[in-house]
Amino acid sequence: MDSTLAAVLSVVVLLGALALAYRPLGDYMARVLESPRHGRVERMVYRVVGVDPAADQRWSVYLRSVLAFSAVSIVALFALLRLQAYLPYSLGHEGMPPWQALNTAVSFVTNTNWQSYSGEAALGYTAQAAGLAVQNFLSAAVGIAVAVALVRGFARTHTDRLGNFWVDLVRITLRILLPLAFVFAIVLLVGGVVQNLAGDTTITTLAGGPQTLTGGPVASQEAIKELGTNGGGFYNANSAHPFENPTALTNLLEIFLILLIPVSLTRTFGRLVGDLRQGYALLAVMASLWGTITALMVWAEVSHAGPALQLAGAAMEGKEVRFGVPMSAVFASATTGTSTGAVDSMHSSYTAYGGGLAIVNMVLGEVAPGGVGAGLYGILIASIVAVFIAGLMVGRTPEYLGKKIGAREMKLVSLYVLATPAVLLIGLGIAMATEAGRSSILNPGPHGLSEVLYAFASAANNNGSAFAGLNANTDFYNIGLAIAMLLGRFLPICFVVALAGSIAAQGRAPATEGTLPTHRPLFVVLVAGVILVVAGLTFVPALALGPIAEALP
Amino acid sequence: MTGMNLFLRQAWVALRVLALMSVVLGIVYPLVVLGVGRMLPTAADGSLVTDAAGVVVGSSLIGQPFDTDEWFQPRPSAGGYDPMATGGSNLAADNPVLVQQVGERQAAAAARDGVEPAAVPADAVTASASGLDPHISPQYAQQQVGRVAAARGLDPSVVATLVSQHTEGRLLGFIGEPRVNVLVLNLALEGLG
Repeated sequence: MDSTLAAVLSVVVLLGALALAYRPLGDYMARVLESPRHGRVERMVYRVVGVDPAADQRWSVYLRSVLAFSAVSIVALFALLRLQAYLPYSLGHEGMPPWQALNTAVSFVTNTNWQSYSGEAALGYTAQAAGLAVQNFLSAAVGIAVAVALVRGFARTHTDRLGNFWVDLVRITLRILLPLAFVFAIVLLVGGVVQNLAGDTTITTLAGGPQTLTGGPVASQEAIKELGTNGGGFYNANSAHPFENPTALTNLLEIFLILLIPVSLTRTFGRLVGDLRQGYALLAVMASLWGTITALMVWAEVSHAGPALQLAGAAMEGKEVRFGVPMSAVFASATTGTSTGAVDSMHSSYTAYGGGLAIVNMVLGEVAPGGVGAGLYGILIASIVAVFIAGLMVGRTPEYLGKKIGAREMKLVSLYVLATPAVLLIGLGIAMATEAGRSSILNPGPHGLSEVLYAFASAANNNGSAFAGLNANTDFYNIGLAIAMLLGRFLPICFVVALAGSIAAQGRAPATEGTLPTHRPLFVVLVAGVILVVAGLTFVPALALGPIAEALP
Repeated sequence: MTGMNLFLRQAWVALRVLALMSVVLGIVYPLVVLGVGRMLPTAADGSLVTDAAGVVVGSSLIGQPFDTDEWFQPRPSAGGYDPMATGGSNLAADNPVLVQQVGERQAAAAARDGVEPAAVPADAVTASASGLDPHISPQYAQQQVGRVAAARGLDPSVVATLVSQHTEGRLLGFIGEPRVNVLVLNLALEGLG
């Protein structure tokens, strides 16, 4: 069988599995988020941490809780990374240098998982499991919580209350992420992913040389790394490493885990606003964008343009034999279309268009289907822009789900839309204008610019994957990308939670003949069009100088 | 209460939530998975393989360097098959350095195995993503049969049979790619004597 046809069948299985999980998981998440009952363990947690679970928060308090929790998480993770030499299972590794520790702490708390360190060379097991993996859960839970706050803004009327962040955080973590991660950690383990505390063992190879085999609590971290759209590899080679991703089957499973929650959250959204069709419409936008980009990426890699790949006869540079070319491209599209950033192949060695499409996936704003939570609030923002533009065309005050999109709402939406691209392009500009920025580049020509473009697109959109030829472990990139990750995560969150407060206070405008239906194919096309046009207008110049210039003969 | 005080109060709650969650998610959870792993020691410990004498010679998941004629050779590796330095070359498709590397690898493999450079399969001339790729394509394994048999004084048909015995197909006919595990094949080769 041709390997592209085999990959098509694999994708059919993938989509079938997602379809099967969509309703039960989406509905379950909605129940978890809206249930009035607190579990016994949860009530104990609230007592210990001193939270009144019945206290509904205003948007400003909800936001303050999100920011306080994230700030404390960054400080604590920074300290853990700096002090890892004194912790058990440090494997003899020193504390991480300050700027790199700052970059890494910000990276994992913002759900980015950009890595300027190499896992096997820099970190012990305590730093990985009790530091990084903990944030893999919690940063994912924060993203979902923020999305839920926005959805409650649409679902509720005449209130200044959006829910309780601490209750949302605890429930999302303990009732959704932890059980899923546990089940799939075991499945990965059965598939060959390692889980031990063996440290580094040197053996004599068959040919008689030394080889140091690495161990680690990998399966437990791998599951949440994919489920939480985090992407930070236990090892430097990430999901290309056979101990993280041993077979084609685990590869397919990891792609499934990456897409599972972002896709199912559209069902949760539909449940919470009381109209499942609204969720299907958003899912249709996500699916059409992701499907198109994935197909193009597979085509680009299978056709292997570029002199080195033409000479080799296939785009196998930076790809693994067990995965093959087409399924590596599917993984790449899944990881960049969500804000995951795990890689099972090295994007820097992709064809010009293949690598360019990875960048496109990120600069669409991580909405197809986007990171856990972040993808949902991103596509809701795009939907508001779509109804606003449609409203302008017919001269009506735009509404979405019965909420009027007035001047205050549009200001917040505009700020959201501008924040991430501004961070990205300013960062890219500074890097290309300075020797400190340019000197990290590995490859000559347009691909060199693409490396820096990729880095800031990845950081500002909280993706975390890289054109990894770029030497990111310099003060310039450790600091610059930390700033990009912070602003790229928390500016949008501020605007989203403020927007949630603003629309929750409104009543619900009754739908009339002039109201644009937001569950029809017309609206799906409109939202997809808005996403493409906004990204296109913003990023065509940068893409032209990078991947497109590289692709031209 | 001022904004700052409110923030500090929230930060105090945040610290306690983080501490509690770190115990549950960062210690209990991986240890429970570790415990389950003890029921599946082969997988959990890294799929180690032993030679005829029972000595561990590596992991069936992790490729090893073999650079003499009597062994089937693995793919090029950006890190020299060192699990302490995993990753790919990250060289771009239009980088002249990569063009040169591919050309040199083609010429070397062609000369070693007595085939035309254009016939050398792509996996033989490109570095993997992990630097630890345990597999090669069945085409690359078949290309090496004559050389390995000659270097070992074996009948080529015996070695060819060994290669086809160690060629794995796609799971269910469509998941993954056909492949040969180099370490496992070389271990079997050693077993031939």
